Amino acid sequence: MSNIDISGLDKTYATTPPVSALQGVDLTIRSGEFVALLGPSGCGKSTLLNIIAGFEAPSLGGLTVNGQEIVQPAPERGVVFQEAALFPWLNVWDNVVFGPQVQGVAKSVYEPRAKEMLKIMGLSAFESSLPVQLSGGMRQRVGIARVLTMGSKILLMDEPFGALDAQTRLSMQELLLKVWQQLKPTVVFVTHDIDEALFLADTVYVMSSRPGRIQARLDVPFERPRQLELTTSAAFNQMKLEILRQMRH
Amino acid sequence: MAQSRLQKGLLALILPVAVLCLWQYAGSQPDMAGIVPTPLAVAVGWQSWIWGHAGMGLNPYLGTWLANVSYSASRVAEGFVCATLMGVPLGLMIGWSRLAAQLIDPMIQGLRPIPITAWLPFSIALFGIRDVGSIFLIFLGGFYAIVVNTTQGARDVDKNWVRAALMMGVNSRQLLWRVVLPSAMPNIFTGLRVGLGISWTAVIVSEMVAVKSGLGYVLWDAYYVGRMDIVLADMVSIGLMGFISDSFIVLIETRVLRWRLLQNH
Repeated sequence: MSNIDISGLDKTYATTPPVSALQGVDLTIRSGEFVALLGPSGCGKSTLLNIIAGFEAPSLGGLTVNGQEIVQPAPERGVVFQEAALFPWLNVWDNVVFGPQVQGVAKSVYEPRAKEMLKIMGLSAFESSLPVQLSGGMRQRVGIARVLTMGSKILLMDEPFGALDAQTRLSMQELLLKVWQQLKPTVVFVTHDIDEALFLADTVYVMSSRPGRIQARLDVPFERPRQLELTTSAAFNQMKLEILRQMRH
Repeated sequence: MAQSRLQKGLLALILPVAVLCLWQYAGSQPDMAGIVPTPLAVAVGWQSWIWGHAGMGLNPYLGTWLANVSYSASRVAEGFVCATLMGVPLGLMIGWSRLAAQLIDPMIQGLRPIPITAWLPFSIALFGIRDVGSIFLIFLGGFYAIVVNTTQGARDVDKNWVRAALMMGVNSRQLLWRVVLPSAMPNIFTGLRVGLGISWTAVIVSEMVAVKSGLGYVLWDAYYVGRMDIVLADMVSIGLMGFISDSFIVLIETRVLRWRLLQNH
């Protein structure tokens, strides 16, 4: 299945002076695991995600998915962008089926799947809307439906809910957990929000900045399915405190 | 306070009506005779240019308006379509591929400062007093505007749209036609509108010199024989044709760029 293996990974930008964005990153992500990369802005967490996506190449070190080296982006690793990055000239339906279409998948194959994913994401009534006619939260749901329709085994999410208001954000987190429970993709979720990381993930990697490196790995023991009440429990706050201490180091 | 359409319409009419009145008054002065015909005289001349019967052929401006308008319009259409068919793909390639940019862009940037009017003698020498020479200039005028704007549009493609497309498995041809082209569309339409305006300039200039028909030819010929009413009617006709063809592009633009128009509201 979809095992991500990263070992001794460095990323240096050849600017003057050179900027070391990532240094000595080792990471193993099992198939179906929900991982959060947590850290302040500038800690290289988005860079790490871009490297897993195949948008950027590492300067040093290895990165494999299922034993295969990553050389370029591919539909098996679906990316959900910070600002959704939908094509504004295509309506919701055309955005969602863009992937299967360019890959030459038969309509009879992708159509029922796209319908199903739009239904799960609560977008069935908006198939013919243009992205600009949707709210930020709905655009992000289209962004998720788009990668689910491609059948990506790995979801790479770059602060996907960062620009949303607090309420929308919570409902998106719940929706994401529901979908994950149902389809069990591997998720790498980048965030700077401790609550979000703890509520969603099985494993939280705390990153530190300049150079970006992984500072701590925490197993999140909370039972699934998780309810919103979890975020106010004593155990949750205890873990939050622990992470805060880690981050202050 | 919200203005009604009527109020806006009336406001817009004040200046033109004032100019017309002043013009009528100035044209009626004896020492202006033969230089500035009155608006009424222009209307009468124009009317016979459109509807008049050719008769014995002594007056070349009887009933030839439509024919000359269509000569010019079809030259613009031919030159402009060629400019679009070449300018858009070339602009996309220059904006998108570094190799194409290094290969083609210097040539275009090097030739662009030569005004299209400077090409006139060379174009006549090359093509003779024929349609092709005129169409060539129209093409050239439209082409620069279209290629430069398309290049800009292709360069400004949002990085995340490209990444999203690559993540979804596009090949380079699909990337160009399904992502770069639509996202460059707003710039392309800017180029088309500017290019069309230049094409109308080019058709008038080239018809004055390089061919013996069309609005540009009539404009110069009428001036030569002192028919200033036809000169002015011709000028208004050119403006009208420019306006109509531009409106046509805007009509297509509002359909193609609906996503963009909604965005700006």
